[in-house]
Amino acid sequence: MSILLILIPILAAIAILSGGKARSIATGAAALNLIIGLGSVFSFDHSVWNFSWQVLSQPSIHLALGFYDGMSMIMVALSALVLFAAVMSGKCPEGHEKLWYSSILFIGAGGLGAFLSTDLFFFYAFHELALIPTFLMIGMLGSGERKEAAWKITIYLALGSIILLAGLIWLVAASGSETWLFEDLLASTIADSGAQKGIALLLIIGFGVLISLFPFHSWAAPAYASAPAPVAMLHAGVLKKFGLYGLIRLYPMVAEGMQAWLSLLIVLLLCNILWVGFVTLNQKRLDMMLGNSSVMHMGYIFLAFAALIEAGSFEANPLAKPAAVLLMFAHGISIALLFMLTDTIRRKTGTVELAELGGLAKAAPRLAFLFGLGAMASIGLPGLANFSGEVLVFLSGFHAYDGGGLGCVQVATILALWGVVISAVYMLRAYRQTFHGPAVKHTDSSHVQDFGPFCQIPAALLAIALLVVGLFPNSLLNLLKASTAPAPCEQAAE
Amino acid sequence: MNSLAWLLLGLPLLSAVVIHLGLKRLQSVSALVATASAGVTLLFSIILLLSEGDFITSFNWASIAGFEGIKIGLELDQLSKGMMLIVTGVGFLVHLFSLAYMKYDQAKARYFAGLALFMFSMTGIVLASNFIMMFIFWELVGLSSYLLIGHWYDKDSAADAAKKAFLTNRIGDFGFMIGILMLWGIAGTFTFSELAGGLAASSGYSITLLGIAVLCIFAGAMGKSAQAPLHVWLPDAMEGPTPVSALIHAATMVAAGVFMMARFYTSIGTEVIEALWGVQTIAWIGGITSLLAALMATQQDDIKKILAYSTLSQLGYMVMAVGLLSPEAGMFHLYTHAWFKALLFLGSGAVIYACHHEQNIWKMGGLKKTMPITFITFGIGTLALCGFPFITSGFWSKEQILETAWLNNKPLFLIAALVAFLTTFYMFRLFFIAFLGKSRSEKSEHAKEVGPLMFTPLIILAILALISGFSSVAGIIAPSFKILEFHIGPAFIASLLAVILGFLFAFKLYAKTDEDPLAGHKVAQVFRHKFYLDEAYAKIIRYGQDGLAAFIHFFDELIINGLIVGGFSRTAGGIGRLFTRLQSGNLQGYATLFGIGVLLVIYITVFVS
Repeated sequence: MSILLILIPILAAIAILSGGKARSIATGAAALNLIIGLGSVFSFDHSVWNFSWQVLSQPSIHLALGFYDGMSMIMVALSALVLFAAVMSGKCPEGHEKLWYSSILFIGAGGLGAFLSTDLFFFYAFHELALIPTFLMIGMLGSGERKEAAWKITIYLALGSIILLAGLIWLVAASGSETWLFEDLLASTIADSGAQKGIALLLIIGFGVLISLFPFHSWAAPAYASAPAPVAMLHAGVLKKFGLYGLIRLYPMVAEGMQAWLSLLIVLLLCNILWVGFVTLNQKRLDMMLGNSSVMHMGYIFLAFAALIEAGSFEANPLAKPAAVLLMFAHGISIALLFMLTDTIRRKTGTVELAELGGLAKAAPRLAFLFGLGAMASIGLPGLANFSGEVLVFLSGFHAYDGGGLGCVQVATILALWGVVISAVYMLRAYRQTFHGPAVKHTDSSHVQDFGPFCQIPAALLAIALLVVGLFPNSLLNLLKASTAPAPCEQAAE
Repeated sequence: MNSLAWLLLGLPLLSAVVIHLGLKRLQSVSALVATASAGVTLLFSIILLLSEGDFITSFNWASIAGFEGIKIGLELDQLSKGMMLIVTGVGFLVHLFSLAYMKYDQAKARYFAGLALFMFSMTGIVLASNFIMMFIFWELVGLSSYLLIGHWYDKDSAADAAKKAFLTNRIGDFGFMIGILMLWGIAGTFTFSELAGGLAASSGYSITLLGIAVLCIFAGAMGKSAQAPLHVWLPDAMEGPTPVSALIHAATMVAAGVFMMARFYTSIGTEVIEALWGVQTIAWIGGITSLLAALMATQQDDIKKILAYSTLSQLGYMVMAVGLLSPEAGMFHLYTHAWFKALLFLGSGAVIYACHHEQNIWKMGGLKKTMPITFITFGIGTLALCGFPFITSGFWSKEQILETAWLNNKPLFLIAALVAFLTTFYMFRLFFIAFLGKSRSEKSEHAKEVGPLMFTPLIILAILALISGFSSVAGIIAPSFKILEFHIGPAFIASLLAVILGFLFAFKLYAKTDEDPLAGHKVAQVFRHKFYLDEAYAKIIRYGQDGLAAFIHFFDELIINGLIVGGFSRTAGGIGRLFTRLQSGNLQGYATLFGIGVLLVIYITVFVS
């Protein structure tokens, strides 16, 4: 059944490429996907969604799909939501409908495929599938310095992918597992501690490049600024989470090896938060500011991961995984919303230079409200999803603290908390500059019209998702419960 | 009672949502919905206050296996019930007043939705049963304050003030969160009622670290209750509509810091706090804030700014009392102050309304004749704030603070006495200039008394400003009250002298004048310019924060992007350009190549082994 979620967008893309009505097919497919996706995630029996077909016997690779655990479900929900919003947003340049809509659908299918795969090979391959249309869209239909941005992201992500692939192959080889299936891999162990360390480093760097971990972050902001809105939404919102998902998924296999890189990782994630935070503070354009902020916020998810490494297992720090997953979801939705609205601002006023904007709230109150909601979510206002994730991240950082001296993860948590102040500064400055104050030439109500009710749908959908998870974090946490509870045999051992 | 308490929390949220989603167009209906909701919550608060028994009720908001979970819970005891009466009482009166004050505002629905959101968030703070929940609502009052200060967001000054308030509070909340996390590590719980037990069970903690945790938590209070050096946002917050200033920036939200510390201290036990490292700082920060703010108040000309500085100064008093381990005295002053300061702000609102949005006291004058009700009620508020002996509530609560200071810390007692003198001085300066003498501008000449919707709240608050300090009243409705034997001691003498001297100085200088005789004085200039702190902060932000940001950005572009990683990608890019010449040169080609390359690498590494 879960293969439907991948087949629908792919078939729709093929239909578009062979001459169908692009916009209607894409919207229909994404809507159908959203319904099936959310339905499957919140259905009672998840096993009916499993699908497996052995593609190759030597090595044993399966096209195996299904919900491996709550984390996959949440990521699938995220992908389906953002895909639907992405299809409906942005403005396709005349004459490029085929490329535009089929690319969006392929990216979505790739993201969904990666999170649905329960086989490491296809997990990797689906992500690669999603990257190709991403590069194409930025290079061909992007804005500004699109060629340069497309080059940069292509080279970075290609290199990251190759390093990652080396790590994955080493991982499979060292584990001695007979198949590439997650369940077989995670049931096996890597005894050689040297190999563990090596694999862990390759995974951190390989996945790290894809997540824009410092110092491999400089591809992200220009790519998002140049990309067409749906691509920025899907990449920053969904595809970037691939790396984090992979790190958490494979973590138990290299738990010991990761420990060797804990202090390095802490330094890098603090650079993501503080260094890139200051870089964000100095941005003069709304889109670049958001692009950098999305790099910065990856640091918080890495912080939960660092807390996990310090603890040594999911059971030893039961907060780390839920914290990371909740924040991944929240960040994905909020950044997609903000990129979408920034594109709307660009189309309505003709500019995203902060100095040229002002007073937009008068002419476009609905746009101002939705952007404000996204901005508030992104700076961690309670009641919106990001806070639920962030507060759990900070708690996971202090989970091991017993009242004595502060450990390195606690010190990192405290420093990371200053990032919350930095985010508030750049977000509120940008909001003030864009929406408040007297209207200026570009934002005068005689030029600018507010959102129409139809255009509001995708934004409102994302806003509702932020509110639901923000007000009821248990809606997602309950999905994770099964996957974080200690196994019965281990309880008995204690 | 249980469901009543949840309704108390839920009703304002419901009305905020209903107004926002459905009633935006029906401006007057939304105003009435919000006001009705405030009225009902006041009724609920009274019922809860009169009902016997304390209780705690909660549900798990974020549950994770192996973790106690984050709970949303309500803790009802005298402290929270009494505080609720203040919040809903002042809240309801401010809603009533706003019906008239905001009658012709274009965005009345947005305003009342903001007020309802505030009532919800503030109720959450007051009833919170644990620190995480308090933090959640703490941020939400910050949001409603941001929205209401920025109500007239197309004015640059209002937009800047809203932003400044939010960001300054964020700095305090940075500390608050660290404190909560550390305390969680030490005591093993967020729940107030379990803190003392948790600490007793955890033997190994260091009193230095717990002291630091307490100071970090206090940092949150410094933001919200605008204690120096984080006080700068509160005077600017006067950009919001005046009823908002009365409710949020005088009576309730800014007092949340004091309330939080009182809740914290009484849960953990003051005897535990006493032994900790560095906690005396708290009393000193309160004392210094009260003095600085009182000095600044003596040279302000904007009627709301004078009241704002006086709020800062009184908050300093409360913090000082809490810092001297007498949260009861702090809370008692919070309680009396809420009534008379709301009265003063609403009174100033009436004046501003009557004078067609004139806020400069030097352009008022002679309002005694044209606005008699406002004049009398404002006068009562002034007397209460000055602590006029025996007949005003302010006297009784100030007495307790001075008494506490005298018993525990003599230098702080001297500061507190000096502040009492300054308070009387600047309040009578305001009173003489605005209400007595002759009218100094056309706007104030044509001022008319406000209507019943506005003067009724003034009268009710004036009565409370007089009687709320008496033990027969305070014993029932005050959040915290300890009957102290009144005796003629140093505290009484100091407060009596302060009132007399303050009045005499103000009378001599300001009773018959049309301009400030101190204005040219160098020291007065320093007070007028708020010790140049705003300018200093602006420089720190510009050269410190933004300078650093520009430097790091430059460095990031140059080194990380340009040399190290960029060099690598240029090499690869060079290879790419090589292909460009060979191939068609468009990006489709690159992407295809990339796809083929990836497939090739996958094929070789996976299958050729």
